Amino acid sequence: MTREKKQNKTWRGLSALLVAANVMVATASFAAGTFNFGNGAEPKDLDPHIVTGVPEHHILLNMFEPLVAMDPKTLAPIPGVATSWKVSKDLKTYTFTLRKDAKWSNGEAITAADFVYSWTRLLTPATAAEYAYQAYYMKNGKAFNEGKLKDASQLGFKAIDPYTLEVQLEAPTPFFLGLLNHHSLYPVPKSVVEKHGSRWTRPENMVSNGAFILDKWEMNKVISLKKNETYWDKTKVSLDRVNFHPVEKQDTEEKLFRSKELHTTNELPLEKIPFWQADKSGVYQQSPYLGIYHYWLNVGKAPLDNKLVRQALNLGFDRERIVKYVTRGGQEPAQGFTPPGAGGFFPKARLPKDGSSIAKAKELLAKAGYPGGKGLPKIELLYNTSDAHKKIAEAMQQMWKTNLGIDVVLVNQEWKVYLDSQTQKNYMVSRAGWIGDYNDANTFLDMFMSDNGNNKAGFKNAKYDELLTKAANEKNAKKRLEFFQEAEGILMEELPTIPIYVYTRVYLKSKDVQGWYPNILDYHPLKYVSLTGAK
Amino acid sequence: MILKYLLKRIAVLVPVFLFVVTVVFFMIRFAPGGPFDSEKRVSPEIMKNLQAKYHMDEPLYKQYFRYLGDLAQGDLGPSFKHANRSVNEIIFEALPVSAELGLISLTWALLIGLAAGLVASMRPNTWLDYIPMSFSLIGISLPTFVIGPVLVLVFALWNDWLPVAGWNSWQDRILPSLTLGMAYAAYISRLTRGGMMEIRSQDFMRTAKMKGLSEMQVVVRHGLKGGLLPVISYLGPALAGIITGALVTESIFHIPGLGRFFVESAVNRDYTVVMGTALLYFALIFFCNLLVDIVYAFLDPRVRYE
Repeated sequence: MTREKKQNKTWRGLSALLVAANVMVATASFAAGTFNFGNGAEPKDLDPHIVTGVPEHHILLNMFEPLVAMDPKTLAPIPGVATSWKVSKDLKTYTFTLRKDAKWSNGEAITAADFVYSWTRLLTPATAAEYAYQAYYMKNGKAFNEGKLKDASQLGFKAIDPYTLEVQLEAPTPFFLGLLNHHSLYPVPKSVVEKHGSRWTRPENMVSNGAFILDKWEMNKVISLKKNETYWDKTKVSLDRVNFHPVEKQDTEEKLFRSKELHTTNELPLEKIPFWQADKSGVYQQSPYLGIYHYWLNVGKAPLDNKLVRQALNLGFDRERIVKYVTRGGQEPAQGFTPPGAGGFFPKARLPKDGSSIAKAKELLAKAGYPGGKGLPKIELLYNTSDAHKKIAEAMQQMWKTNLGIDVVLVNQEWKVYLDSQTQKNYMVSRAGWIGDYNDANTFLDMFMSDNGNNKAGFKNAKYDELLTKAANEKNAKKRLEFFQEAEGILMEELPTIPIYVYTRVYLKSKDVQGWYPNILDYHPLKYVSLTGAK
Repeated sequence: MILKYLLKRIAVLVPVFLFVVTVVFFMIRFAPGGPFDSEKRVSPEIMKNLQAKYHMDEPLYKQYFRYLGDLAQGDLGPSFKHANRSVNEIIFEALPVSAELGLISLTWALLIGLAAGLVASMRPNTWLDYIPMSFSLIGISLPTFVIGPVLVLVFALWNDWLPVAGWNSWQDRILPSLTLGMAYAAYISRLTRGGMMEIRSQDFMRTAKMKGLSEMQVVVRHGLKGGLLPVISYLGPALAGIITGALVTESIFHIPGLGRFFVESAVNRDYTVVMGTALLYFALIFFCNLLVDIVYAFLDPRVRYE
């Protein structure tokens, strides 16, 4: 039903006053050229060096322009503040040429010195940036951030002249240009940051260099950006205003979408997915996402210290049933750990997609000394309190019981307690999810290295560590992928984890939205987006 | 007399306040996990930088006294979750929203609850009693997360009369305040009925009736003052509760109020916000109850400030 038709009904039904007010509301929420973005949560802040979450990234990527940007269709590097770049033969030195017409929103020119300042700020210990490690790929970045090196001039980036920036890396890093799109490596305006300190991100102070600038920030209500008139590429920008609505309740978000107050939602309630999938109007969106839903297996705890048990658990259930009947959002059953396509890497499918290997799982369990699950201690499955995780855990529990005769106890803990249990390795099997920091297999595989803080399984394998170190120093792209392939092989043999499914992004998008392209990074710069339609 | 009473109440308040500060401070600190734990773990070096920034590398007793010192100056500290924002700012922004929502809801609750309760008490055990009391039972039993979405469905989606959610225009206030006020209205109607029924059987009420006053006059002039005492003592904690405890309503209607901070801060181990909101709740309860006591003394001659 169109809004006009609904309004006719209103005329009949209500007093004139209410109607007049209602029309007012309806038009207010649909100003032409204003994009209303369902953003899920209130951002922690808008300082690119301080924030860590996805909602923050959605906002910041529209407020700041990185050195090298990304094409929203292909995710290939395209000019940002830099117009061109040269890479040395050993792939460790990048020389960027900056555009001369790039300006901050206060009119000041952006120069190479701005990047030097910003990256130094990111790495300065007192900034306490959680994402400082994104600059560890640059020479001496890690030592400086850890306080072992005090001299900032030894950092691997310098301004050759105002429009030439040279960056030296620790190792060839094929995903370096893509990494520049992470908010932690955006430039920040020195004069403004120094003048206002921690208040520089307030609407009255904030200065940025992207297609949009901050206009209004009402906590838990709305963050409103307006078109940046000093942006060098402003003729390409169609929208006048973007409102980010931190609507945490998925149900409310969906209702706001239905009443046309949002152009896109952040998510969709699980139980509404079938309804919208069946809806033929074309607003339902579902696309693969660079993330994996998996379980950690604590290799330090019996009986999970036994490889055969870990293998049996991996083969003894049907991944397809989980995505088909529980999550229902078009997720792909995970047959390896790295989501296929991450930085052009496709791991071989080493795990069964369905229940076809259950017989093999039974054999493995018997070989481990637990035929039919007999004698196997009860296995505790830990997850953080949430309906969605609970449903998956129950399905797993039931499948393992029927297929292998294994008894699984479900344990749910509140978020921080759950994190603490993982850190203390005080669990047997634990739910987890991992979203890639950048478009490369490394962001998935390096967390299984022996000394990685995110290796919550306690997995240690010298050969695995060696392969990833080799990959990090490999100049040849093809060879590098071969190292990753071999590392995946080890991982899928040792199985300190149970990969379950590859994430999808499921949301609603109004048909008025043009220039929005699905991609695995869920990267949607609003610079390219426009609105059509009657409003 | 009343001044002396107030001073006495406030004198008791100080040690209780300190006790609450201390208990909450240590309880939240001893809960597992901390503000900087996340799914992606930060390296020990970066963790060190973070802890230094928030003085969390100091021994706990030092942090406690630092907190007390800041508190004495009215500074509730910086939020961990909302970086670059102070707890004072957060409360300053969200409290007016919650207060507005709370007061409108309570107004609904009083209008509906008093009317229903009075009618019911005047005609006990007739349909004028059964109908409102059945509704109030439904109101008490139906949680806000059912009432809210149903109201939205009927008034905002099926009929485009009111907004789905938001907090901009006056229309935005109607559905959430009704949702939130409903349960309170139900309680108030039951308390009103109970209070009035008790009063009706008193001798002075019978006397008033015998004097030849109309039923309405009896109730308004003689009954209300005593019959509403239970409602008034309920209003104190209700006001504090309705301002701080509207989490569900706030989230259904996407309202930028305080309620969410109570829950969210505990989940995030946002220590300073936990403290700030807990102390605010404490202060609200104290003042609302004080207010009730004062009103009580005016209404009930048996209560004296002793």
